[in-house]
Amino acid sequence: MCLNAIEFHDVKKSYAHIVAVAGVTFSIAQGSVSALLGGNGAGKTTLLSMLLGLVTPTHGQIHVLGTDMLRHRYRVLPRISFMSPYVDLPFRLTVLQNLTFFAQLYGVSDTNKRVAKLLNELNLEPVARRHYGRLSAGQRTRVALAKALLNAPELLVLDEPTASLDPDTADFMRRYLLDYRREKNATILMASHNMVEVERMCERVIILKAGRVVDTDAPTALLKKYGRETLEQVFLDVARHTRQASVAHGE
Amino acid sequence: MSRSLRLSLLRIYAIHKRHYYLLRGSWPRIAELFYWPTVQMIMWGFMNQYLMQRPGGELIGTGMLIAAFLLWDILFRSQLGVSLAFFEEIYSRNLGYLFVSPLRPHELVCSLLSIAVLRTLLGVGVAAWLATPFYGFSIFDMGWALVAFFSNLIFFGWAIGLAVVAMVMRYGMGAESLAWALVFIFAPITGVYYPVAILPAWLQPISWSLPPTYVFEGLRELITTHQFNTAHFFYAVLLNAVYLSLSIILFMIAFRIARKHGLLLQIGE
Repeated sequence: MCLNAIEFHDVKKSYAHIVAVAGVTFSIAQGSVSALLGGNGAGKTTLLSMLLGLVTPTHGQIHVLGTDMLRHRYRVLPRISFMSPYVDLPFRLTVLQNLTFFAQLYGVSDTNKRVAKLLNELNLEPVARRHYGRLSAGQRTRVALAKALLNAPELLVLDEPTASLDPDTADFMRRYLLDYRREKNATILMASHNMVEVERMCERVIILKAGRVVDTDAPTALLKKYGRETLEQVFLDVARHTRQASVAHGE
Repeated sequence: MSRSLRLSLLRIYAIHKRHYYLLRGSWPRIAELFYWPTVQMIMWGFMNQYLMQRPGGELIGTGMLIAAFLLWDILFRSQLGVSLAFFEEIYSRNLGYLFVSPLRPHELVCSLLSIAVLRTLLGVGVAAWLATPFYGFSIFDMGWALVAFFSNLIFFGWAIGLAVVAMVMRYGMGAESLAWALVFIFAPITGVYYPVAILPAWLQPISWSLPPTYVFEGLRELITTHQFNTAHFFYAVLLNAVYLSLSIILFMIAFRIARKHGLLLQIGE
């Protein structure tokens, strides 16, 4: 039985002379919600891209849901899904057409029923026949989430899932994701700059800096370790390498 | 049928459906399919009529130029169909989602190629059909020869289209203009409107190394002597097999390089 949904072992990625990820090892338990934290250029996007098979690592091994991602990624891709505000769905297709298209791409059985269920649960029925390009940012994010959930993924990879959303929509999304995790025992890995969101949703945080994992623990444990009250303060300590960060790392 | 083959066909079908939705909801895209082939056919038709009225014009067979243009457009539309189907995913910033889905590269290639055939049939088909009421010339009278010409031009169009897609995957949308420009280098070399014999001696071997040359020479032979040159057909098929294989290899190499350099999420930026 596989207990880890994700395993990175000494994964490195270099582009010419630039080291994007410098030997990262970590694992993420099945059914957990985890976050990747790090400043711009810390290596989050590269890490997620390698996890999804969009980028090949220079060195190391990646296992997703017990499958070697570098050798057999097409065995596992139907079981995972991805959502990002930096990737779009076809603008000229309606919400319904987009979801139908992706459902068929993922080989979802009973496409119409699955699409109808997600439209209903994500309050997208009123815009189902509207072009994706004409939706508001919040509506687009909900459509992207519906797309990501079409195949009922065991692993959901989210890149800034609530970026540019109003507090109400963001709250709806978080609650929905946590319900989904509970219902399906799914694993969620997210990259986020929203520290409140991470504190509220995640059981584990992986902090990246300059392509390395500099710390990883539960949010409460990190607060205690750094002697801080918020995760944002911890993030700043790591980013600026303050005295608290040195103490936390035993320097 | 095995489950994996069924799912593979379903994914190819899904890509087709996505492009059908796109066309159905966009009249400029539909108009673009028919507009240029029809306008060009009309222009070459008038040119054909004019030259036939000049002294020695009988040497130009009825509809020779129209047929040559329509066949040339099959090649042009075929390569453009492959490129544009791929560009649509870039324009809509959708490639990231496609490449993390179970869609495999060879399924994407199959989708692009078959979409190109459908686009070509629609666009050139309408122009070819209109040639009859306009000029009393029907390219469909060529029968099986037309199928042979069509297939060879489609195959070579695929090869060029895939090469363009590979370039865009590797070098980004800066290489987009190749989709409109690259194919035209073959127009003067392959003798679309004149025999290869008119080319300089040093250029002729290059011309004979390209499949469309055999098609256009074959077309002239068919119209003037009513004979279908089987040898020309098989030479074209053989060369197409080589060019298409090379372009598929180029596509797969570009895909591998794009994954290595992290370009798949950045194409178009």
